[in-house]
Amino acid sequence: MTYVVELAAAGDAAEAGGKGASLGELARAGAAVPPGFVVTAAAFATAIEAIDPGGALRASVESLPAGDIPAIARVAAAVRERIAAAPLPDAAASAIAPGYESLGPDADVAVRSSATMEDSSAASFAGLQDTYLGVAGLPSVLDHVRRCWASLYNDESVAYRRRLRMPERDLAMAVVVQRMVRPRAAGVMFTRSPVSGDRSVVAIEGTWGLGSALVAGDVTPDSFVISKITGEITSRRVSVKDRIHSFIPNGRGVTVTGTPAGLRDRPCLTDEEIRALASVARTVEAHYGAPQDIEWAVLDEPAPAAERIVLLQSRPETVWAAKAAPPVAAPKARPADHVLTLFGKPL
Amino acid sequence: MEQDGFPLPSQIADVPGAENWRSMYQYFTRFQPDDDKRFWFYNSMHFPEPIPAFDSITSEVPYQAIGANTARLFVFPTTLGIEHRIVNGRVYITANPVLDPAEIGRRAEVFGPRAGYYYENWDALYEGWKERVRGLIAEIEAIEVPQLPEWEDASVVFESKGVAQNHYLQENFARCLALYSKMWHHHTEMLMLGYGAYVVFFEFCNKAFPEISDQTVGRMVAGIDVIMYRPDDELRSLAKLAVDLGVDDLFTEDNTADDVLGGLEARGEAGARWLDELAKARDPWFHVSTGDGFYHHHLSWNDDLTVPFTALPGYVAAVRAGTMKPRPTAQLVEERERIANGYRDLLNSGDEKAAFDQMLGLCRLVFPFVEDHKFYCEHWFTTRFFQKIKEFGALLARFGVIAQADDVFHLHHTEIDQALADLSLAWSAGSPPLGGAHFPPIIAERKRMLKVLRDWSPPPALGPVPEGLNDPAVRMLWGVTADRINSWLHPDPQEMHGVAASAGVVEGVARVLQDVNEIGELREGEILVCPVTAPSWAPVFGKIKAAVSDIGGAMSHAAIVAREYGMPAVVGTGDATKRIRTGDRIRVDGDRGTVRVL
Repeated sequence: MTYVVELAAAGDAAEAGGKGASLGELARAGAAVPPGFVVTAAAFATAIEAIDPGGALRASVESLPAGDIPAIARVAAAVRERIAAAPLPDAAASAIAPGYESLGPDADVAVRSSATMEDSSAASFAGLQDTYLGVAGLPSVLDHVRRCWASLYNDESVAYRRRLRMPERDLAMAVVVQRMVRPRAAGVMFTRSPVSGDRSVVAIEGTWGLGSALVAGDVTPDSFVISKITGEITSRRVSVKDRIHSFIPNGRGVTVTGTPAGLRDRPCLTDEEIRALASVARTVEAHYGAPQDIEWAVLDEPAPAAERIVLLQSRPETVWAAKAAPPVAAPKARPADHVLTLFGKPL
Repeated sequence: MEQDGFPLPSQIADVPGAENWRSMYQYFTRFQPDDDKRFWFYNSMHFPEPIPAFDSITSEVPYQAIGANTARLFVFPTTLGIEHRIVNGRVYITANPVLDPAEIGRRAEVFGPRAGYYYENWDALYEGWKERVRGLIAEIEAIEVPQLPEWEDASVVFESKGVAQNHYLQENFARCLALYSKMWHHHTEMLMLGYGAYVVFFEFCNKAFPEISDQTVGRMVAGIDVIMYRPDDELRSLAKLAVDLGVDDLFTEDNTADDVLGGLEARGEAGARWLDELAKARDPWFHVSTGDGFYHHHLSWNDDLTVPFTALPGYVAAVRAGTMKPRPTAQLVEERERIANGYRDLLNSGDEKAAFDQMLGLCRLVFPFVEDHKFYCEHWFTTRFFQKIKEFGALLARFGVIAQADDVFHLHHTEIDQALADLSLAWSAGSPPLGGAHFPPIIAERKRMLKVLRDWSPPPALGPVPEGLNDPAVRMLWGVTADRINSWLHPDPQEMHGVAASAGVVEGVARVLQDVNEIGELREGEILVCPVTAPSWAPVFGKIKAAVSDIGGAMSHAAIVAREYGMPAVVGTGDATKRIRTGDRIRVDGDRGTVRVL
C-alpha cells in the first residue's frame, strides 16, 4: 500500500484526492507550488476499515434523509469522534514521518483535506472540508491528518453528499501536507470574469497576508481585472482591509491582527505583480484547457514578481462553464449586412 | 437646476452683461418652448468656446449636410438628422431618432441597397471623393476677391465682358459659402457610414467580451498609415535635413520662424535646399489646422508658422542626440494583429470568428477615410475658406466698413452680404459706404459679449434623459453614453471622469493649454490638459507623459495618438481645462478614465 506520495508525483485523484492531484498537476505544469506530500486515500481507507470494519457506520450515514439536519448532525458527530479517537495506523504514520522530515526540521506546514470527489468540475466542494495552517512537529501533523479525515464527516459535507445522493462506501479523504508560505499578499483569481463571464480577462482578488482572510470572508479584498490580451488593468477596486491573517511559526497556527494604518487602504498588489499573476493564470488555464479558479500567494522576497508567485490550488471554474452562451453574431452574406441589421432595428 | 436631472432649455438664463447674445445668431438657432421635452447635449467637442457671429456657419452648414445624409440620402433606419440650438454662444445638439418599428422597416428597405453600394465600393468611391474635395479646395483658393479699383480694367471693355467688379463682391462671397456647404456634404458623404461600421464592431466586442475597453477595440481598428501623421513626419524629416545640411544651429527656442527663414536665406545653397524642402512640405501638409476647423482663429501651419517652428528645435535636438525615432509602424501593425488575433481566438465558434472578421474588416476598410477626411475638410479646405473670408474682411476694412480684416468674423454671413451690397452701392455711386457708421459699434459690443460669455459654464446637457441613444456619431465621436450622462448627473468634486482612451496610470505636473499655439510653454514630462487635440498637436506628444482633454471619444485624435505613444490618456472629461490649473499635480488613470487633482 502506498500511504504517502510526493506532491509533484501526485496525479491520480482517486489516490491523492482532488486537491492533491491538482496540485501535483500544477507543479508538473511548471507552476510554483509549495513543496509537500500527500497522505493518500489508501491511508484513510486502512484507517476507516479499522474503525468501521463491516461498513455499518458508513451505511448509517448513507441512509440519512437529506433534509434531516438534526439526525445528520448527531450521526456525523459520532463518526468524527470515532475517527479522532482512533490512533493512526502504524504503516501510515511511519510513511508520513520521512515525508514530513524532508520538508525541514519541525517545518511549519499546512495540512489540507483533499477528498477524492472534491473539485470535480461537476460539483464544487469548495470549503466543505478542513484545512489547518501553521502546524509543526510530527505528532501535531499526525493529529491534524486525523482531523482532516474526520472533516469528511463535517455536518455540511454529509448534508451536501446526502443532497446529491452520493454513495458513502467508496468515499475517501487524502490529505495534503505542504510547507507553509509567508505571503505578502494572497487571494484568488479567475481566468474569466466571475461577473460577466468574459474570457478575455483575469479577475484577481487579494488581501495582505494569508489568503484565509479572504476565503473566510474576514476582509473585503482588493479586486483587479486585467486583460489577457493587452495586459491593461481595466478595473481596480482598492478596499479598506482591516485585518491580516498570518501564521505564527513553530506550529502556533494563524493569528488575526489589525492591518497597520499605512497598509489598510493601499493596494495589496503592484501592477507588476498583477501582470505576473495574470501570466501564471494564462499558463494554468492553457494547461487545463478550461477556465480556472486559482488560489495564489505572492511571497515577501527580494525577487521579480514572477518568481515570487506560488499557487495553492487550481480548480475548474464551474459557474459560467455551466451556462450555454448563445453566439454573439453569425457571418452574413456581405460584411455590410451587419450594419444593416444593427440599424434595421431599434438599438 | 432641477433636483434630479438636467436643467431645461427654458431655464437657462442669459449671462449678465451679454443679454444681447441672440443678435449674433440666426433666428432658427434659438431654443423653442417644445425643446424642453427633448434631451440636448453641449457639443463641447466642436464648440468649446462661445462662437463669433460668422463662425456660427460651422454649425449651420454641417448640420444641414449631416442630416441630409442620414435622413434623406442614405435613409438611416433609426435616425433622422441632428438639430442644433445656440444659447449663450454655445451649441447644443440633439439627434432625432426614428422609434416607430414600421417606419424603421420602411426606411431599412431603402437604406440597405444604398449603404451597401458605398461599403462595397468603398475604396474606389474614396478615391473619387478625394478628387472631388481637392477640386473644391482648388476652387476656393481660386476665388478672387474684387479689389474695386478706381476704374475697371480695360479688358472689361475691350473683351466686352460688360460686368463690373462690384457685381462679383456678392457673387464670389456667396460662392465661398456655397463651396463650404458642398465640402460639408462630401464630408458627411461617407462619414456616417464609417461610424456605422465602428458601432457594429464595438457592439459585437462589448457583447462577446463584456469587460473589453473601448480603447482596446480602437486599437484593433486603427490604421497605421493615415495622413494625420504626415505633417508631424514632415517636421521630423525637415529637422533631420537641417542637421544633414549643417544649418541646424538656427533652430533654437529663441529664434522665431522669421529669424530662421531669414537666417537660412543667408546660408547659400544649404539654406536654399532646406527652404525648397520646406516649400514642398508646406503644400499640402502645412494646411493642417491648429484646431478642429470650427473657428476662424484655428489657423493652419501655413497661416502661422509658430507651431511647426516651435516644434522644430526639439526635433533638431533629438536628431543631434540620435534619439529621433521614426514611428515604429511595423511594430504597431504587429501589435494590432496580435490583439485582434488574441480576441478572435477566444471566440466560441467558427461562426463568431467569421462574423468578427467581417466586422473588423469593414472597420479597417472605412478607417482611412474616417481619419483622413479631417485633413481634407476641416483642415485644408476650411483654413483656406476662412482665409478667403478674411480677404473680404480686408477689403471691407480698406473701405472703412470695419476697423480691421478679422472684424469680419464678428458679422453673420447675412450681415457680410449686406455690407458687401452697401460697399457695392457706395463704390458705384462714388460715395463712402454707410456701414462705417453702422457696424463698428456692433462689432465692439459683440467682442465684449464673447469675452463675458467665455466665463459661462454651460451645463453638459439639457432636458429629460433619453432612454436610448442610437445615433452612430453621437456615440462614437462625442462619447455620449448612458454612463457619461450618469457622471454628468452625479459629479464628484474630487475627480473628473472621461473616456479611458489609453491605458496606464501616471502622476505629474499639469500644463493647461487652451490653444496649440501655446505649445512653447510645455516642458518635458508634463501632463497636457487641453480642450481638444487635432493632428497639428502631434509634436506635443513626444514631450508629455500623459494627455487629458475636455472633449473626445475612444476614436478621437488624442486617444489614437496617445495609444500609439503608449501614454495614459483620458479624453472627454468635459471641463478638465477649467478644473485643473497649470502646476497642479494630477493623477491620470487611463485604465479607469479618471483624472484627480492631488
